[in-house]
Amino acid sequence: MSSLQNLYQQVILDHAKHPHGHGLVDVPSGHLAGESHQVNTTCGDEVTLRVDVRSTDDGATLERVSWEGQGCSISQASASVMTELVTGQDLREVERLDAAFHALMGSRGKGLDDEEVLDALGDGTAFTGVSQYPARIKCALLGWAALKDSLARSGALADRPGGSDD
Amino acid sequence: MTATDTVRPHQPMGSRELAAVRADFPLLGRTVRGGKPLVYLDSAATSQKPNVVLEAEVDFYEQRNAAVHRGAHHLAEEATEAFEDARAAVASFVGADVDEIVWTSGATAAINLVTYALSNATAGRGGDAAERFRLAPGDEIVVTEAEHHANLVPWQELCARTGATLRWFGVTDDGRLDVSDVDAVITDRTRVVAFGHVSNVTGAVAPVAEIVAAARRVGALTVLDACQSVPHLPVDLHELGVDLAAFSAHKMLGPTGVGALYGRRELLEAMPPVTTGGSMVEVVTMTDTTYMPPPQRFEAGTQMVAQAVGMGVAAQWLDELGMDRVAAHERELAAELLRITEIPGVRVLGPTDPTDRIAVVSFVVDGVHAHDVNQVLDDQGIAIRVGHHCAQPLHRRFGLAATARASASVYTGVEDIVAFREALAGVRAFFGEE
Repeated sequence: MSSLQNLYQQVILDHAKHPHGHGLVDVPSGHLAGESHQVNTTCGDEVTLRVDVRSTDDGATLERVSWEGQGCSISQASASVMTELVTGQDLREVERLDAAFHALMGSRGKGLDDEEVLDALGDGTAFTGVSQYPARIKCALLGWAALKDSLARSGALADRPGGSDD
Repeated sequence: MTATDTVRPHQPMGSRELAAVRADFPLLGRTVRGGKPLVYLDSAATSQKPNVVLEAEVDFYEQRNAAVHRGAHHLAEEATEAFEDARAAVASFVGADVDEIVWTSGATAAINLVTYALSNATAGRGGDAAERFRLAPGDEIVVTEAEHHANLVPWQELCARTGATLRWFGVTDDGRLDVSDVDAVITDRTRVVAFGHVSNVTGAVAPVAEIVAAARRVGALTVLDACQSVPHLPVDLHELGVDLAAFSAHKMLGPTGVGALYGRRELLEAMPPVTTGGSMVEVVTMTDTTYMPPPQRFEAGTQMVAQAVGMGVAAQWLDELGMDRVAAHERELAAELLRITEIPGVRVLGPTDPTDRIAVVSFVVDGVHAHDVNQVLDDQGIAIRVGHHCAQPLHRRFGLAATARASASVYTGVEDIVAFREALAGVRAFFGEE
C-alpha cells in the first residue's frame, strides 16, 4: 500500500463522504449543553460542535455530539469517527479516548502497541497514517479540540464527581 | 549592442540557459517523499536561493563580520561597505535612490513601520514636517479586498488607533481589482491608499498608474506592497510614482529576515522614527534626542547585515539575468499553469488570461478539498501551497475557505508544470469524484 493509500484509507474516505453527527441538534432541557467553534489557522477550515451531556448517578454521559463545518477529508472523517466513538460514553471514557487519539497522532506513523487501546479506538486507528504528516495532524484533531472545549463549556467536567483528574 | 541583444530580453530562456540557472540552486537537486525529484511550485511563499546568495552570507561571516556604522577598524570599514553596497544594489534594482531604501526584517515589518510612523505623527511626533502624516476621525485609508493580511491588518490597527476609517476597492469576478468607481473610493477624505502591486492569490497586476493618479488628485499617500512584483517583473518605483513601497528578500532569491521599505526621500525625511535606540541618533541627553536622517533614522539597533548583503547579491543576480527576460520566461510559465483549466473539475481563482498577471495560479478542484489536492501532489514530490494564502477576505469574496496555489519563479521549467498538470489530472479519480 502506498503512503498515500495508507493515509486515505477507505474508511476515511467513506466517513468524509457520509459524515456522522453532521448537522447541529438542539439539546433537550435538563441536559448540559456546550458548544465550541474551532478554526484550523493553516487552512481556514472550521467546525462548530455541540455536546449534549446527561448527568448520571456516578458521573455524566455524553448523549449526543452534533457538528457542522467545512474542511478536508481528514478533518471531516475524523470528526465523524469521533462522533461514533464518544456518543453514549461516560465522560471518563471520552477522556480516555481523547488521550488515546492524541497519543496515536503523536506516534509519527508507528501507531500504538496497546491492543486494548486500539480496540477502543476502532475506526480511529485508520488515522495512523495521518501521524506521519505533521501538517495534517491538526486536521485530524480539529473535531477533538472542539469536543474538549465544548465539554468544558458545558460545565459537565467541573460538576463531575472526582473532578477531571481521575 | 548587437541585434541579438535587443531581441533577447523579450524571449523566454532556452532549455540550456534554464539548466544553467537551475544548476545555481542547490536545493532544486534534492529529492523528497522517498526519492522523488522535487517539483517546487511554491515560490510565491518563498523562493529558493542561488549559490551566490548563500556564499555571500558565508563570505560575510568568514571574512568581513563586524559592527557596521560603528567601528573604525579595518573590518568595520569592510562590513559597512558591504552593507551599504547591498543597499545600493537593491535601490538600483527597483529604480530608487540609495537613501530611499530602509532595511527592515521583511515586507510585513516595512508596512508596519509606515503605519506606526503615521501613528507617531498623529500623536504629535515629528514636528511640523510630519503634519501631512497626521490622521483624525473623518480621514479615510483605502486598501483593497485582494490584500495580503500584511497590507490589511496594520491599516485596520492604524484606523483603530487614530479614528480614521478603512475603505476598500472590491474585486471583479475574474479576480482583478475593481477600479470602475475609483473616484468614489478615493475622495477628498482619503489620506492613504495602500495596495498590492500583484496579488499573491490571483497573480493579477494592479492598475498602478490609475490608482496613483487618483491618489495624487486628492493628495493621498500611496503605499505599494511590491512583494510579488519585484521578484517577477521589472519594477521602477520612481516611474510607478508611488510614495512608499515594501518588499521582502526571501521571495526574490534572497535570505529570510531582511526586506526593504522604499520611501520617496522627502517623505522619509519628514517621517518620525518608529523603533528607537542605538545607531539612529545624533545627540542624546537625559531628556531629549535628535535623530539621524533617513534611512538610518529607521534602522535602530544592530541590523541583519549578512542577510542584507545576501539581498544585495540576489538583486544583482536578477539584474544580470535581466528582469525583462525573467518576466518573459515567467509569462510562458503562466500560460502553461493556466492550462489546468483544461482539466475537468478544476477552476482558477483569478484571471485565466495571461495578460497582466504573473505565474501564480490559485485553484479549486470540485469535490476535493485543497488540503487533499495538496496531499496527492506532495506524494509525487510536487510542492504547492494550500490554505487562504494570508488573504482571507479575498477567499471569502469567492465563497471559499481555502484554495490550492501553484507559483513559479525564474528557475521553474515548463517540465515542472507539465508534471504538476499530470498529477493534478489524477486527483479527482483518487477521491472517487469521476
